[in-house]
Amino acid sequence: MTAVREPSSESPTPTPAPAKGRRPLGRPLLHTAYGQDMALLNTGAKKVSVLVLLVVALLLPFLLEDDLLRLLATGCVLAIGAIGLNLVTGYAGQVSLGHAFFLGIGAYTAAVVSGDPDDDRLWGLGITFLPVWLLAGGLAAALVGLVVAPLASRLRGLYLAIVTLGLVFLGTHVWNEWDAVTGGIGVGRPAADPVLFGVDLSRRSEVFSADQQLYLLMFVLLCVFALLGRNIARSAMGRSFAAVRDRDIAAEVTGVDVRKVKRRAFVISGFYAGCAGALLYSITGYLDPSSFGLLLSVQFVAMVLIGGVSTISGSIMGAFFIALLPRLTRELPEYLPFMSSSATETPNVFQVETLLYGLLIVAFLLLEPRGLFGLWVRIRNYWKAWPFSY
Amino acid sequence: MRDVLLTVVRGLGFGSVYALLAVSFVIIYKSSKVVSFAQPALMLAGAVLVSYLAGPVGFYLAVPLAAVAIGMLGWGLERTTIRPMIGRPVFVVAIITLGLDIAIRVVVNVFIGPDVRNVGDPWGLSTVSIAGLPVQERYIAMAVVLLVVGAGLFAFFRYSRYGLAMRASSLDQETALVQGVPVGSMTALAWAMAAGIAAVAGAFVGAGGGVDQSTWVIALKALPAIIIGGLDSIGGAVVGGLLVGLVESFFATYQGEYLPWLGQNFALVSPYVLLLVVLLVRPYGLFGTREVERV
Repeated sequence: MTAVREPSSESPTPTPAPAKGRRPLGRPLLHTAYGQDMALLNTGAKKVSVLVLLVVALLLPFLLEDDLLRLLATGCVLAIGAIGLNLVTGYAGQVSLGHAFFLGIGAYTAAVVSGDPDDDRLWGLGITFLPVWLLAGGLAAALVGLVVAPLASRLRGLYLAIVTLGLVFLGTHVWNEWDAVTGGIGVGRPAADPVLFGVDLSRRSEVFSADQQLYLLMFVLLCVFALLGRNIARSAMGRSFAAVRDRDIAAEVTGVDVRKVKRRAFVISGFYAGCAGALLYSITGYLDPSSFGLLLSVQFVAMVLIGGVSTISGSIMGAFFIALLPRLTRELPEYLPFMSSSATETPNVFQVETLLYGLLIVAFLLLEPRGLFGLWVRIRNYWKAWPFSY
Repeated sequence: MRDVLLTVVRGLGFGSVYALLAVSFVIIYKSSKVVSFAQPALMLAGAVLVSYLAGPVGFYLAVPLAAVAIGMLGWGLERTTIRPMIGRPVFVVAIITLGLDIAIRVVVNVFIGPDVRNVGDPWGLSTVSIAGLPVQERYIAMAVVLLVVGAGLFAFFRYSRYGLAMRASSLDQETALVQGVPVGSMTALAWAMAAGIAAVAGAFVGAGGGVDQSTWVIALKALPAIIIGGLDSIGGAVVGGLLVGLVESFFATYQGEYLPWLGQNFALVSPYVLLLVVLLVRPYGLFGTREVERV
């Protein structure tokens, strides 16, 4: 990826393009420089809509009920994890069914770092300051990503998918057995405490309720991680990811170090997953070893596919979709009298929820492979050209 | 010595079931280059169907009936969800099968209920004495089924027109089309066969212990088997399946004694360790075809 420009005899040395081209007056969509095209908010509409979204998101805690806010906070955290998976699977094309494993590593590392040091049953270091355990969780998972990455450089496609699936099972075994860290099956342990500058955000304060604080915290973190992800995607690193995804041999021929790119993809994805894992359970305050099974991995795959492969905004949409889906199915018994909200009767909402995960994955892949982001693009393009069809 | 022999017998017994499942994965892989993550659901559906049919018609008739029924289901799945995806990346199709697996299992779980369902097999846990060893009858039955299905498949692929057509279309779809082979129907047939074999395997997974809502995980143990054997080799799948069974059985017998720090039930995940080790040494499995890459 080094930009070596040799002077060629046929054409004169190209004049360097202006770093920041000027847009002609009255043509806001005409890009005259690469920098404009790759800008974070490359159109006026994006600038406005992002601003509006930010304002709305920051106002939400004062408009919505606490239980819905908690759901949205979970959605924010899931979105961080989904961005991580999208970076490795969507951008770099390395199919990973092992995301739940990385989430587990992050969650348990954070729980151990933040845990009570006086507890003689569970390990704990007693550092409850949020950035410390968040980084610890992320870095631990990134380290494991570094260890797993050589597998990806030897294996491709479905072989890799199956190996990462194996990681989930091995991980589940470790979580089930390592009582000092996880508390053991059916017992579990308290998750990391979200303490920031001496304030425990999971407890009600004088100004805000616990859910309002958690939502704001998770939202800010999501913004940071999403911006980071977007910048990775639109920089040289993101382009090398895409090159490896599209044809790894061709990428190698053009000078991309495929091993290094795959390693980076797994490390970054691991970091995202670790952070998401650490945060996810600090919302509920409790984590159980059985949480990190294949279903969690599949949920993340579903978020990426339903949201939109290789888009950051799509990952966020998908994550919120999956996070809010249970809420929607809980409403079903009101409209469908034969539906039960109790887990012991049939048909019940939990079955519908799981069924929907499956069917939605299938339906989106069959009908709209670009996911929710693709639907948005369709709507946008329709109105862009309206009243003409193209 | 006695322990070792009993461990080997148990390993070969369960290994036969894994081998059957692995064969069902490989048949689909050879026809459409996809690892079908729907096999666990199809296996479970087969086992549950057998458990319902075994009462009225008996176990021996229930198994082929369930195989045919689940085979039809597999055929239907191929027609509705796999066929429209031709030409799309295999990863996407694999994820579709993952979605199908989840959806089908929800429906099947309704029929299982919260308890263990007995598949109505005639063996249970009873044993027969062979050379002084108390061998469980179900292990013998599992091995026999593997032999029967394996021989049937061999004969089918070697001697029948359809087997030849399937081999041709898995070798090169376009050339097969030119020769008048209906490649689409062959893919559908492969899915039907694989689903049927998975259903048979399901019936024998349930033999002795019955099936419950978590039994589907067993089908995923065939994944290490097919990886070890190579994704596109039926013979390799059988060897891989037996190997996985043996490894699991040996860990179940001896790990608690010699490697207690690995924790209880390590045997259940030992196939995945085997998988990692094999893939690190031979990235295309023991019998798989090395892909020739070009840009």
